Amino acid sequence: MIDREFSTLAGVGPPLPGPRTSPIAPVVSSSPGPINKFFEWFGDLGIFFWRVVRVAVTPPFEFRELYRQLDEIGSMSLPLVALAGAATGVVLSMEARYSLTRFGAKSLLPAAIVFSIIHETGPIITGLVVSGRVGAGIGAELASMKVTEQIDAIEASAVNPYRLLAAPRILACILMLPLLTLAADFCGLLMGWVAQALVEPLSFHQFINSGFKGADFNDFLPPTFKTMVFGLIIGLIACFQGMRTQGGAAGVGRAATSSVVLSSLFVILADVVLVKLILIFFP
Amino acid sequence: MDAIDHMPMQTVVNRAEHEEDDRAPAIAVEGLHKSFGTQNVLNKVSLTVKRGETLAVLGRSGTGKSVLLRVVIGLEKPDSGSVLIHGQDITGLGLDQLGEIRMKMGFLFQHAALYDSLTVEQNVAFPLRHHKKEMSKSEQDDRVKALLTEVGMEDALQKMPSDISGGMQKRVGLARALALEPDILLLDEPTAGLDPISSGEIDDLVLKLQAEHHMASIVVTHDLHSAKTIADRLALLNEGNVVIEGSFEELQRSDIGFVREFLGHSS
Repeated sequence: MIDREFSTLAGVGPPLPGPRTSPIAPVVSSSPGPINKFFEWFGDLGIFFWRVVRVAVTPPFEFRELYRQLDEIGSMSLPLVALAGAATGVVLSMEARYSLTRFGAKSLLPAAIVFSIIHETGPIITGLVVSGRVGAGIGAELASMKVTEQIDAIEASAVNPYRLLAAPRILACILMLPLLTLAADFCGLLMGWVAQALVEPLSFHQFINSGFKGADFNDFLPPTFKTMVFGLIIGLIACFQGMRTQGGAAGVGRAATSSVVLSSLFVILADVVLVKLILIFFP
Repeated sequence: MDAIDHMPMQTVVNRAEHEEDDRAPAIAVEGLHKSFGTQNVLNKVSLTVKRGETLAVLGRSGTGKSVLLRVVIGLEKPDSGSVLIHGQDITGLGLDQLGEIRMKMGFLFQHAALYDSLTVEQNVAFPLRHHKKEMSKSEQDDRVKALLTEVGMEDALQKMPSDISGGMQKRVGLARALALEPDILLLDEPTAGLDPISSGEIDDLVLKLQAEHHMASIVVTHDLHSAKTIADRLALLNEGNVVIEGSFEELQRSDIGFVREFLGHSS
């Protein structure tokens, strides 16, 4: 059942109409069975990733497109990420106050908010918000280009579409996620303090001093930089789903949906692994 | 001989090179087979096109005409057979190696496939910006204007593709296909969906460009009138096979049932 749902989301369900484009479309021939399709999808994703890595490290580099994507993915996502971070900070403050007061540990409230936001809430909220906004955007844009033969036209003009379209988008996601996470963290902490100060007067200076007491860079840097992996996942899956789309307007819709669902799912799964690794290597 | 004796040496050498180019096929498709799943689309198709020659590929819908064109430019990999471009087999090449070959080829897509986020000018400039970095920005701009003037679209520089008609989009697509001065031109249904006047204008444009640029061209079309106007030879595809190849008159003289049926319905 999970396999069937996954294969439907990933767009590797029943064979889709239309000719197969050799470099981007699935390179392994369709074989029956959801489990085969599940592994086929991973195989195709791996090949896609390898092709992107190859063009990303060899010139010519598409700096203009990278700059455009940094703006599109970074600046344009900032308000949404900041708002999500702020809302999370308020909710955390209210929930933590209630719980800690019950257990007589109200003095730990600033630390609970700070650690919760910088360790986990800020990065994961940023990952999920960006996978929703950027994943859908990239997936739909590239899928639309694919079904209207614009990607074929790029290839026919002797330009490598992996170099022009995929590499800058994935790189921009990787570079912008940590910066957006910092913005979400800041807004979360700020609004967490506001929610706290409204109930019980406390200066921001006191809140931060109390919250960061005993904290070091190991508490701050690994959780922030783990979002680079989230960026890789979001960019890679959205580009992959977009560039392998088939089937007209319905295909564009499928690509946008599957980009969001799969990138969100893999961001959460990656978070489980990364948290464990951070706990091992940065105790 | 006397005439040649009186020509400047350089002209004689150029003409000799040109004639040698004309004798060798610019495009040679040999034993091409392509299928999608269980459906055979192309079945042992063989064709050649020399420089300066235009071949029209005709046939019913779904007989693999567009697939043939996509295989020739490397957008599809054939199951077997070879595609030789100036003698080099492109079927086993990777994207970067294909890129070198594609710089000598222009492709007009059926629906023009203009980049919808770029203006008409930026669309035509796209191949130049990526491959003619030795040209200055003003030289590139001049080349774009010259190309758009050549196809009669010089007034649409700043328009978006969505703001111009289907016929105009095809003209811009043609200008983009010619940007790198290709010696092979592939046209996928250049007159499909156009009114008779626009179709005639596109035909005239293709003929003019052929005369000026001396390219090897393959034109995929349903339009027999257009094929007769712009092509030197015609090839009729049916169920993935080339049923007949020759001049329009040779097709008219054919006794093959499918050929007679196709020409009968087209006239």
